Amino acid sequence: MDSIISIALLFASSLMISNTLKYYRPEENKYSNILIWCFLVSGVWLLVTHYLLNFLIREDAFYAEFLYKSLPVRFSIGFLLICVMALISVLLYTQMDQKEMEARKAESEKLARDAELYNLRQQLQPHFLFNSLNSITALIGSRPDEARKMIHQLSDFLRGTLKKEDQQPVSLQEELEHLQLYLDIEMVRFGHRLSTEISADEQCSQMKIPPMLLQPIVENAIKFGLYDTTGIVSIKIKAKCVKNELHVQVENPYDPQTTRPNKGTGFGLSGVKRRLHLLFGSTDLLETIADSHIFTTIVKIPQ
Amino acid sequence: MRVIIIDDEPLARMVVKDYLSSFPQIEILQECSDGFEGVKAIGQHKPDLIFLDIQMPKINGFEMLELLDEPPPVIFTTAFDEYAIRAFEEHAVDYLLKPFSKQRFDKAITKFLDQYQATESVQNTKQLLDSLPSSSPKNERVVVKTGTKIKIIPINDILYLEADDDYVKIHTHEGSFLKNKTMAYFEQMLDPNQFTRVHRSHIIRIQEITRIDPYEKENHIAILKSGMKVPVSKSGYAKLKQSLGL
Repeated sequence: MDSIISIALLFASSLMISNTLKYYRPEENKYSNILIWCFLVSGVWLLVTHYLLNFLIREDAFYAEFLYKSLPVRFSIGFLLICVMALISVLLYTQMDQKEMEARKAESEKLARDAELYNLRQQLQPHFLFNSLNSITALIGSRPDEARKMIHQLSDFLRGTLKKEDQQPVSLQEELEHLQLYLDIEMVRFGHRLSTEISADEQCSQMKIPPMLLQPIVENAIKFGLYDTTGIVSIKIKAKCVKNELHVQVENPYDPQTTRPNKGTGFGLSGVKRRLHLLFGSTDLLETIADSHIFTTIVKIPQ
Repeated sequence: MRVIIIDDEPLARMVVKDYLSSFPQIEILQECSDGFEGVKAIGQHKPDLIFLDIQMPKINGFEMLELLDEPPPVIFTTAFDEYAIRAFEEHAVDYLLKPFSKQRFDKAITKFLDQYQATESVQNTKQLLDSLPSSSPKNERVVVKTGTKIKIIPINDILYLEADDDYVKIHTHEGSFLKNKTMAYFEQMLDPNQFTRVHRSHIIRIQEITRIDPYEKENHIAILKSGMKVPVSKSGYAKLKQSLGL
């Protein structure tokens, strides 16, 4: 009887201290606090055991005396066991925490790397750059003025792209001007079948927008317009203010027979969606609508 | 010598045309702005050489080549990066990375004039197509020719595939289409989570199966939503069980 109660209560105490340590650990140089806790817990354990045993085994005077005399020994054993338990817990949980922290760190580093790579890809756009240079090669012989103009457009566009590396929000007007440069270059390459139209409500021209956010959306629209259909491709970009948000809508034709845009992320727009999520902490800022022949992407930017 | 230029950008075609003007023995038969025009023009004129862009509307350069019974020798003109292009390096006559210089262009033409016998090149272009794991972007579609029409089949529309001599018959809700490829090609190209080769001569979409019944001693038969019955071999049944998580 004696041993059962003692051991059960000791076990409970150990569990208690271990559990406490799981969620709360003292700062590094305050481990002496644990000793004090252990001491207190041991005291409480002894007290409870003592009274419980005295209450259960009342008549036996001989036993009562034995209990009384064995108190110091009991306390020493209990204190020692609880201390060992605390020590093991501290070591175990510290190690687990460290592992978790390392995993988190690795993950966040990977995310940062991915984002960086994505940004680099967005800025370089090798395909666009090389095809534009090829167009210049074509123009240089027969239409040198146009070639020169295109070199300037391309330079302005690339300079703008480099400037926007710092991720500071820009005004809608600035972003649309940059987009226009891009569209002008694409017009040189695909003028025979591409038409573009940018319109914006005047009162939103000073609203803020993360730089290069619209670029991948418009690139996508052009890519799917040009490569998914064979006719004239009309790209429409409209900006308007809705309450406290800036809404930009990009439209492009597509062929529903051969292309199934993914709902929500459209054609490879997951990067844009992720960026919006990172910036504004909301997942419903990018919307896509697939009409019978027109694909519309709407991006909402909280101000 | 007669050539055809296929590129969707007029200015890119202009570069090739300009560079070709120093070769009086080369005649430009036609310029095409997409793969459909390309297939038609090649069938009609049987050129000795084509200049081909890869990224083009509707069907890309590789898909266009797949549609030809006798693909002519090809010089690729593309802005694709070198890694993407390395795969077909040895089988194409040459490839020119845009923007390319006149010297580089002349080298490609000289290479063709010096080294290539027409018959050998057809062989080469066919080998080129076989060496590519799949020419369609992200394996999202299959391009086939039905009579004079070109049909683009999204992978999602394929119900099942059936071997048919040297061809593969692709069954969809709209009907069936023949493609000049092997079953092994499709087995490799299609997502194994969606399609299983249940038999030497059949690949089926797993979702299309309504029932699998035992048939003779070791074999089974799969019944599709359309009511079609497809034989399932012993090894095919094992693969199916795995895909279905049984």
